[in-house]
Amino acid sequence: MTEPMIEVEGIAKSFRTTRALTGVNFVAETGAVLALLGPNGSGKTTLVRILSTLLRPDRGHARVAGYDIVSDARALRSSIGLAGQYAAVDELLTGRENLELVGLWYHLERSEYRRRAREILERFDLMDAGDRLVKTYSGGMRRRLDVGASLIGRPPVLFLDEPTTGLDPRTRNDLWQFIEELVAQGTTVLLTTQYMDEAERLAHRIVVLSEGSVVASGTAEELKEQTGGARLEVRVTHRDDLDRALGLLAEFGDSRPHVDTEQQRVSVATSGGTAALIAAGRRFEDERIALDDLGIRRPSLDDVFLSLTAAPPAAALPDRAPTPTSTSRD
Amino acid sequence: MAQLQLPANATASRSSARHVAMRFAIRDIGGVAKRNLLRLLRTPQMVVIGAIQPALLLILFRYVLGGAIRIPGGSYVDYVVPAIFLEAVLIGGMTTSIGLAQDLKSGIIDRFRSLPMARSAVLAGRTIADLSRSVLSLGIMIVLGLLVGFRFHASAGSIVAGMALVLGFGYAFSWLYASIGLATRDPETAQVAGILPFFILMFASNAIVPVATMPSWLQGFARNQPLSVTISAVRALLEGGPAEHAVMQSIGWSAAMFVVFFGVALRLYRNNAG
Repeated sequence: MTEPMIEVEGIAKSFRTTRALTGVNFVAETGAVLALLGPNGSGKTTLVRILSTLLRPDRGHARVAGYDIVSDARALRSSIGLAGQYAAVDELLTGRENLELVGLWYHLERSEYRRRAREILERFDLMDAGDRLVKTYSGGMRRRLDVGASLIGRPPVLFLDEPTTGLDPRTRNDLWQFIEELVAQGTTVLLTTQYMDEAERLAHRIVVLSEGSVVASGTAEELKEQTGGARLEVRVTHRDDLDRALGLLAEFGDSRPHVDTEQQRVSVATSGGTAALIAAGRRFEDERIALDDLGIRRPSLDDVFLSLTAAPPAAALPDRAPTPTSTSRD
Repeated sequence: MAQLQLPANATASRSSARHVAMRFAIRDIGGVAKRNLLRLLRTPQMVVIGAIQPALLLILFRYVLGGAIRIPGGSYVDYVVPAIFLEAVLIGGMTTSIGLAQDLKSGIIDRFRSLPMARSAVLAGRTIADLSRSVLSLGIMIVLGLLVGFRFHASAGSIVAGMALVLGFGYAFSWLYASIGLATRDPETAQVAGILPFFILMFASNAIVPVATMPSWLQGFARNQPLSVTISAVRALLEGGPAEHAVMQSIGWSAAMFVVFFGVALRLYRNNAG
């Protein structure tokens, strides 16, 4: 196994009145995508700013691409690219000028940064707009240019701080595809996001942050397992049947069923799989309880996110290694 | 290899590594200056609008107030125009603080700070670009000055030295403005804060009226503060009178301001972590 590209050890950071990070640990493997998932104010951006040498941590250590983020900050900057939440491109320059200047500041030779700027314009579908001022660009074009600018030095590590926030679905999809291509070529990507689908689609590993600390980490599947696995769920046609349905489902569940009176739904955690589903179906038929819906529901990453980040960190799951048990596949 | 590299045996040839680092730093600064000059070129209205305020002051002092002010042994227009030159350059310099605060706010400085570019490049490149803006606004003010009756009375060398003194003072002052922009982090606040040092130095000085007309408690400051000293030196150079003492004082002030605020600005830039 190769050395991890990013190692974060006990990183803590406080601002005047708030504790932004309270001792964060994780590693990101080389050539993979690590997603930092968390609600607003959970410390994602602070962490990215620390790892990209913009901020010094109060405590803790981190190494990125083999460099210490504090003592080797200067050398590290040649090995990272940063694209921010707010497109950090210059409105009064053209797209090409923006890219070429960043290339110059990565200390590339002139012929080289000109060639790479052209490549990036082509790759990001900005060739026609390349010589127009950025102030005439749409939001999506600016974001593409911003990500493009972070790539011109071909850094082995890329930090993307909420790269698709506010983008339309198509542009988002294009950007995802591009990130996947980059990773396939060996780039390590650390991205922050508050979108579950983004984390699920791109990330090999997800670290969930809440109020400045890691509340869970693992693959998307592992996180779903931690939140409680599959649930057997029914929706009764008549509200009067809710109590009977609850009693019935209890026979198939591993724990107490949960009732949603409003939605006329009853659900229970189960490890019985399809066998339990079929058996339950028979029982409901025997008991003549009319159903609108019956099925096994797997938790979405949204459920994971809400259950992990809603509770205070102390009550939430510790950052334990998930057990590699029979992971249900959707 | 596409990426320029430090020599492999960098420890063996430290001076050569130094040389390469220096070359990179100069390139970095050139890149930042290019960026800001392109921005300047694409907003020429800023230069024109920036010239309106000093032009109005010139007209105000020349035609409205000037008639009431007696200058011993000279005409008021020759007295006030050198001060207007400095005023134009200092007002233009405020764009340094506003521009830096804008760059901080927009996130561009974050990108700069994450790049392997030299730490001083963002500030040095910007102040150099803003210096060329000063040259432009100084040019505009010279034309306007001649139109309202100002005349040079000295040799060409002496005139060039006078203009160099104006620009040198403006450049040193732009590091104060840079510090203000980095400290306030907000364009509007930077603008308001930037006017303060300008107002204090401009009005408690010999720019508009001779210091001798002021109350005695103010005279000490008004006579020796950096702007007054520089205005005296520039007047002397443009008049063709003895200038050496005032010129040395002005250079001293400019150098001191440069050193102090270069340090302050760089420190603010480094720590600008927010």
